[in-house]
Amino acid sequence: MPGRPLISLQRVDKRFPTGVVALQGIDLQVAEREFVSLLGPSGCGKSTVLRLLAGLERASAGVIDSPAASAARTADTAFVFQDATLMPWATVFDNVRLPLRLAGETRAACDTRVRDVLHLVGLAGFENAYPAELSGGMRMRASIARALITRPRVMLMDEPFAALDEFTRHKLNDDLLACWQTQQFAALFVTHSVLESVFLSQRVLVMGSRQGRIVAEVRIDEPYPRSAAFRSSPSYLAACAELTAALAELHAPIDQVVR
Amino acid sequence: MLHRISPLLSLLALLATWEGLVRLAHIPHYTLPAPSLVVQTLFANFTSLAGSWWFTIKITFGALILAIVGGVWIASMFALSRRLEHALFPIAVVLQVTPVVAIAPLILIYVASTTAALLLCAWIVAFFPILSNTVLGLRAADPNLRDLFRLYRATPWQRLRLLLVPSALPYFIAGLKISGGLSLIGAVTAEMVAGAAGRETGLASRILEASFRTDTPKMFAALLLLVITGVAIFWTFNALSRVLLGRWHASEKP
Repeated sequence: MPGRPLISLQRVDKRFPTGVVALQGIDLQVAEREFVSLLGPSGCGKSTVLRLLAGLERASAGVIDSPAASAARTADTAFVFQDATLMPWATVFDNVRLPLRLAGETRAACDTRVRDVLHLVGLAGFENAYPAELSGGMRMRASIARALITRPRVMLMDEPFAALDEFTRHKLNDDLLACWQTQQFAALFVTHSVLESVFLSQRVLVMGSRQGRIVAEVRIDEPYPRSAAFRSSPSYLAACAELTAALAELHAPIDQVVR
Repeated sequence: MLHRISPLLSLLALLATWEGLVRLAHIPHYTLPAPSLVVQTLFANFTSLAGSWWFTIKITFGALILAIVGGVWIASMFALSRRLEHALFPIAVVLQVTPVVAIAPLILIYVASTTAALLLCAWIVAFFPILSNTVLGLRAADPNLRDLFRLYRATPWQRLRLLLVPSALPYFIAGLKISGGLSLIGAVTAEMVAGAAGRETGLASRILEASFRTDTPKMFAALLLLVITGVAIFWTFNALSRVLLGRWHASEKP
């Protein structure tokens, strides 16, 4: 592991008031500046993991260690939703500025930072556009810019590119990795795409569909920056095959029960 | 160009047909006055009608302002507490579904001032759309945006100002457009029941008064003023909606 754990879950359970058990005895660690993907079928509790780490939900049992779950500086944690989640009544500039504004900073004080981060995500010149005027990919870029504006140490991303087309997704994958290398945050990236998880991550954790815990872990040692050629390299294909097999195994017992 | 003037043309055609029909069929003016006679009567009686018009306008806008204040205030309470909404919403529904004509006589018994009674009647009719729409709007904020505000530890005031109010604004304006028309209807209906009891009287009393004297042209003249008022309210709120929803995007700018 590249550094000491920055966020972790230890034997964490999450039961909802409805009685649904989302997580049971899950262990998970992400080190500083590490890129980890959480891969699993829909409804396996991936999003719940992120919400616990963001302090948006409380665990039913176990220990959560993350800057947001503790009373530490909240700006350390950023969350990117599957939907861009921009305020439709505000410009790109004002949307990106929101975290700083909520922290009490004036418009003038954050002007340069907003422009810098928009430049970083490739949205320079779109400061005054409204979300409705942007494409899906550009809205997601604005959403990522808003997450980066506080210079977070932890980026929690909940299937951010799931709704985008393949080309846009590849481009955003590249740009996200570029941001990650310069901005030095730890990323926990939830996805249900094997290919995306392998391309992005240093480690991929596979979550079980019923158990709500990690059932497999695959390391991808390819150095960064990762080029498009990585997508057709043997190591990439091997990692994809390994993860696909882990996911297939996950479904096997259920299929047998059904039969 | 044609689609702009077509409503005007159809209105003119309707008036021309009306005028022609009355003249050709020699319909007596106490049955159906021609539009020209209505306008003539309006100008002849304008000074006396204007006072009543002003009174009706005062009741209408007074009730509307109270409906906005009351509706938004109660909606905010409901948005803060589902339990409170659960307990009190049925009362709001009862007020809404009871025909104002039916409760106006009671209100006139219990409220000494006729003006206050009329205001109350019009308010009952007008406040519900604002209440229910604003409650809906305050609840309509994107759940992910709510989470984002929580993540960045927004204060309740920031949450209200930067998230809930902008989210609720389109709903509130939709309610306002309905309530604007309803407050006029409420004001007139209540006065119809009250009759010319007070010192000041509105257009409804003038219509009743004219009907007792079979002064049909004057009834139409008063009606024309009501129509003008209603259309003006409709236009005003449509324009307001355009301005506010256009500015709503820019509303983030300090």
